[in-house]
Amino acid sequence: MNGHGHRAGATEADIARVFRNEYGRAVAVLTRTFGNIDIAEDAVQDAFTAAVRHWPSAGVPPSPAGWIITTARRRAIDRLRRESSREDKYAQAAFLSAAPAGNGSAPAADEQLLADQAGIDNVDDDTLRLIFTCCHPALARPAQVALTLRLLGGLTTPEIARAFLVPESTMAQRLVRAKAKIRDAKIPYRVPQGADLPERLKSVLAVVYLIFNEGYSAGPADSPGRTELCWEAIRLGRLLTSLMPDEPEARGLLALMLLIESRRAARFTPDGGLVLLPEQDRQQWDRALAAEGQELVRQCLRRNRPGPYQLQAAINAVHSDAATARGTDWAQILQLYDLLLAVAPGPVVALNRAVAVAELHGPAAGLSEVESLGLDNYYLFHAVRADFLVRLDRAPEAAGAYRRALELAGSAAEHRFLEEKLRSCWLAGAGDCERPDPQVP
Amino acid sequence: MSQYLLSIYQPDGPVPGPEVLEPIMRDLAALNREMQAAGAWVFAAGLHPAESATVLRPRDGEILITDGPFTEGKEHLGGFTVIEAQDLDAALGWARKLAGVTTLPVEVRPFQH
Repeated sequence: MNGHGHRAGATEADIARVFRNEYGRAVAVLTRTFGNIDIAEDAVQDAFTAAVRHWPSAGVPPSPAGWIITTARRRAIDRLRRESSREDKYAQAAFLSAAPAGNGSAPAADEQLLADQAGIDNVDDDTLRLIFTCCHPALARPAQVALTLRLLGGLTTPEIARAFLVPESTMAQRLVRAKAKIRDAKIPYRVPQGADLPERLKSVLAVVYLIFNEGYSAGPADSPGRTELCWEAIRLGRLLTSLMPDEPEARGLLALMLLIESRRAARFTPDGGLVLLPEQDRQQWDRALAAEGQELVRQCLRRNRPGPYQLQAAINAVHSDAATARGTDWAQILQLYDLLLAVAPGPVVALNRAVAVAELHGPAAGLSEVESLGLDNYYLFHAVRADFLVRLDRAPEAAGAYRRALELAGSAAEHRFLEEKLRSCWLAGAGDCERPDPQVP
Repeated sequence: MSQYLLSIYQPDGPVPGPEVLEPIMRDLAALNREMQAAGAWVFAAGLHPAESATVLRPRDGEILITDGPFTEGKEHLGGFTVIEAQDLDAALGWARKLAGVTTLPVEVRPFQH
C-alpha cells in the first residue's frame, strides 16, 4: 500500500515485482562477472535488502535492473575485499572484470552510466547462459529443477522444498551439491552451440514443463506454494520465448502451459474436487490466457516446424476453441495426435490419442487402442480404461480399473475423483462381484 | 584448463574374441592419437581383469591384504584416460567419443586441483 503521500515511494508489491522479474537476471550477470554462483546470489540478495531500505522513500529507480546489478556488484566487491585473504582466487577474478568499482554506497545520480558499466546490455545472454547451466545434463533432473527455481526464479530453499514436498534439509543439500558440481566439474556458463543445442534445449524445456506439471496437479486442497509453480513455469516460458524467439518449441511450450492454465478455475470444485474437461464450466476459463496461448499456436503454425510441445499446444487450442464439450472438433484433435505420435512416439501419447478415438469411433474402439500399451503403473491408463468400460456397461471391470488407478494416483484431488467414480460403479452393480458369493457356504 | 579422469567400465566375464576386440583397439588407438594431436591427452591405460586385483585395508594398526576387487558387482574399472579440457562440456565431448569407440559406459570425474 502506498498511502504515505510519497508519490515516488515504492510499495512492497513494487519491490516484489522487481524481485520476480530481475532476480534471476541479476544473478546471471553477477555469475558471469564473478565466476561463482554463491557470490552472485549473496550479492543480489544484499542488493535487494538495500532496495527494501531505500526504495520506499526514494522510489523505484528508472532502471531497477541497473540499480540492483550495480549495487550487487559493489556489495560483492566490498565483500570480496574484506574476505580477499580467504578467497583470493575469486577476488582477483572479480577485480579483473569488475574494474570500475564504486565506493560501496548505493547508486544515485549516474544511474544510467553505472547501469551500462554493469553490463546489463548483456543481461539476456547471461540469463540464457544461466538457464543452460542450471539445466545441464550432467546434473540430475531434481537438481536441475531446484537450481532453476532458486537461481532464475529467486524462490527460497524452504519455498522449493515445500512445493516439492521434501524436507528443507534435503532440498538445501540438493542445491549445495549441485552448485558444488558446477564448480568442481567446471560445468560451463555458456549457451550450447550448433549440434549440441537441440538436445540441450530439450532438457531446458523439460525442466520448465516439469515445474509446471508439479503445480498443475495441485488443487486448492494441496499445500500452498504448489500452484504458484505453474506461474513460475509460465514466467520461465515467457523468458525463454523472448530469449530464443527462433525456437518454435519454446513458444509451443509457453502456449501449452497458458492454455492448460487458462482452465484452472474450472478444473476444481470449490472444495478441491477434480472436474474433467467435458464437465468443466467453460465460462470459468480464463479467456485472456487462452487467447494468448492460441495466438502463440498460430505463430507456431506459420513457422511450420512442428514439435511435441507445439502439437500438444495445438490440441489444447482446439479444446479452447470449443464453446461446449460436444462442440469439440475431435477429428482435428485425432489428426494432431497422429502427428504427435509420429514425432514423439510413446504409450502416454497413444493413451491420450485413444481418448480422441473413443470420442470419434466409440468406447470399444478406444478400449482396443489402450489394451496393449503396457502402462500398468500409470494411474491415468487405468482411469481412462475404466471410463471406456463404464461407457460399455462393463461396470465390474471398470470398478477394478478405478481401484488400480486409486492405488497409483498422487494428489488428494485425484484420489477424491477416483473414489467418487468407484462409488458410482458400485451403484451400477459392480459391487456385487466384490462381496462374498452368498451361494457359497 | 582442468584435468578429468575418464573411467571405462567393463563387464566381468570372458573377454570378447579378436574379431570383436581388434577393431575396438584400432579405433581406441586412433582416438588416443586424436586426443594427443588436440593437446588433450595426458595418460591412458587398460587394466587386467578385476580378479587380478588385490585390496589392502588398514585395520587395528595393521594392513590387511585380501583378494580383490574392492567393489562387488558385475562391472569393474577396465581402463582409464586422463585428459586436459577447458570445461566439462569439452571433457564430455572426448568421453562421448571414448564411449562410442569402446562401446562401454564411461564415467567422467574432475581432478581436484
